[in-house]
Amino acid sequence: MRKYFIITVMVLFGFECFAQQKGIPMVEVKNLDNKTVKTTDISNNGKPIILDFWATWCKPCVKELTAISENYETWQKETGVKLVAVSIDDARTMSKVAPFVNGKGWEYEFYLDPNSDFKRAMNVVNVPHTFLLDGKGNVVWQHTTYADGDENELFEMVKKVAKGEEIKQ
Amino acid sequence: MKHNFIFTIIFFVVTGTYAQTENQGQFHGNFQTDIQTYYKDTTIGANTVPAEKMLMNSYANFNYTNGPISAGVRFEACLNPLEGFSKNNNGVGFPHKYITYNKDDIEITAGSFYEQFGSGLILRSYEDKTVDIDNSLEGFSMKFSPVKGVLLKGVYGKQRSYFSDVNGNSQLITGPGIVRGFDGEINVNDIFPKLENKRTQVILGGSFVSKFQEDQNPSFVLPQNVGAWAGRININSGKVNFSAEYANKMNDPTADNNYIYKNGEALLLNISYSKKGLGAYLSAKRVDNMSFRSNRDATLNNLLLNVLPDITKEQTYTLNAMYPYATQPNGEVGFQADVSYKFKKESPVGGKYGTNISLNFSRVNSIDKQAINDTTAIGQKGTLGYSSDFFKIGNELYYQDINLEINKKLSEKLVVVLTYMDLFYNFNIIRGMTGHENVKANIGLADITYHINSKNTIRTEWQALFTKQDQGSWAMGLAEYSISPHWFFDAYDLYNYGNQDQKVHYFTAATVYVRGTNRFQLSYGKQRAGILCVGGVCRQVPASNGFAISVTSSF
Repeated sequence: MRKYFIITVMVLFGFECFAQQKGIPMVEVKNLDNKTVKTTDISNNGKPIILDFWATWCKPCVKELTAISENYETWQKETGVKLVAVSIDDARTMSKVAPFVNGKGWEYEFYLDPNSDFKRAMNVVNVPHTFLLDGKGNVVWQHTTYADGDENELFEMVKKVAKGEEIKQ
Repeated sequence: MKHNFIFTIIFFVVTGTYAQTENQGQFHGNFQTDIQTYYKDTTIGANTVPAEKMLMNSYANFNYTNGPISAGVRFEACLNPLEGFSKNNNGVGFPHKYITYNKDDIEITAGSFYEQFGSGLILRSYEDKTVDIDNSLEGFSMKFSPVKGVLLKGVYGKQRSYFSDVNGNSQLITGPGIVRGFDGEINVNDIFPKLENKRTQVILGGSFVSKFQEDQNPSFVLPQNVGAWAGRININSGKVNFSAEYANKMNDPTADNNYIYKNGEALLLNISYSKKGLGAYLSAKRVDNMSFRSNRDATLNNLLLNVLPDITKEQTYTLNAMYPYATQPNGEVGFQADVSYKFKKESPVGGKYGTNISLNFSRVNSIDKQAINDTTAIGQKGTLGYSSDFFKIGNELYYQDINLEINKKLSEKLVVVLTYMDLFYNFNIIRGMTGHENVKANIGLADITYHINSKNTIRTEWQALFTKQDQGSWAMGLAEYSISPHWFFDAYDLYNYGNQDQKVHYFTAATVYVRGTNRFQLSYGKQRAGILCVGGVCRQVPASNGFAISVTSSF
């Protein structure tokens, strides 16, 4: 019984915190040169960030990143947004990530999360999972899975965040 | 009692820090449930139905972060576990709980945690529900960076085996072995200021893992402490990246290697070259007697301490993934080559939108094995097993595939993916059987996406697998209609038209609704018996017929 009581208390405290905005937890990831980087160092000079969890073997993820890449220049010009793509490829496919993204010609900022530490810390269940961060690094919007056309909704949100408007999810 | 004690600690940490820092804490988590009903269907081999008629796997993570402290628990309830998942994980409660202190250059975790050293050749503790694996370490972990460019890690604990209902009490069952590990990584360019801005970046790493398990075997004297070490290097120079890792394990007689006393070793080499529009990749791997578990008698996916990554392409289309390769820890040598190229827009091949082409080849053979003397059979129990020439490739072919993929956008509305795969699959070796025919197959596929407008899309897949072996040829058609950002409707039929005994249809239809981070899926259909692999780990999927509901959510 006591166990459930404590959980209930935790949940209640949790809900109270809901109203607050959430930042990125500190976890170690690797960049494409295999260098260890702290996730708290990811920044975009006060402009919004799209944080996209993906994998080379995940078809919808690749579709989403391809769709965004077609308009990425426009997005950047209009809003200053940066896309940070975190691959959850493990040791089997991790070394393929750099040639894969270059083969696609994508111009995002890439990180590797081979043992899913960052994925877990962000409570991602399945990829693709997209977070939108405001200029202060707080998560203001998130979405899971990808249907063709979802990038339009994402861009609408990016524009709102860039203007400093509040987003309701 | 133990549970309550840990909960109390978490409670105090959570509430204590909550009070101190004026509402700066964050509470977050996720939720995932899969429920399935089962009907008897002898046409597909679902001859028995679980007595419960309906089964469920559910997990929920709750994490709390406040400044340098984070704490969390995972609630699990598999009532009872879905078919194809271990029935031992039938506990209800909170088997996974941790507290982490993380500030500046130091991180300490007490409780359940995951860790990987290098590419995981001697230590990888992780969780992947799709292949029914959760081998978290239960104990202490510490990470420390004494100077910039140096990262040290240490772990000490026991591994999670199952979360079981034992006489009405849900208990986290850990393996009998005690695991101790240390890993160090040095970024050479960070250490020497002169090298910091050089184009070539070098990272060195080394690790050591030791497990202790009591010897209770009546017939053999078994090593109670088994050590394994690994060394790795990564060199990055502009467009080229090279990485290598070598691991060696002391003699470790186990159920996996038929209790032989031979040392184990593994080598992994990767080299890649990439620039905008071109990516090329070459990798080679040799594994010899390198299964590593914290219990020498464990089997299947239980208590694995390492992962030996597969060297073959990770297939995702249904028929391409029908015969997946799985690493043979007792010995294999293989390589893989992969090239992808993007023909530019407005070029002859590229057309208006550009064309992506990728080619992949992989091949895995046995390793060379020679008897140690005239009276000992290769791999004989209680002996040194065999000797192996490191540079020799064995004669038996385990697996080979050649893959070609063309990805082409034809217009604003139409995108086509075409793939071709040529496959050789050594059935006996990969599935651990005898007397089964090897499979040679050709697989072709077209994946066509048509954008009706910016929100509505129709996607179809047309797949065919041609083979004379095993169950014969297959065909599959899939149609998916999606309405961004909320709805998916899809249906497919998998047809085993080449089966001599019975030509079976596997029909499945599903609806998915997504809102933000919540995803609801309802499906009905027949599931083919087969094998599902992720990374280097596989799970048997039994045939089934029924309704399934799947919900995931994160907050």
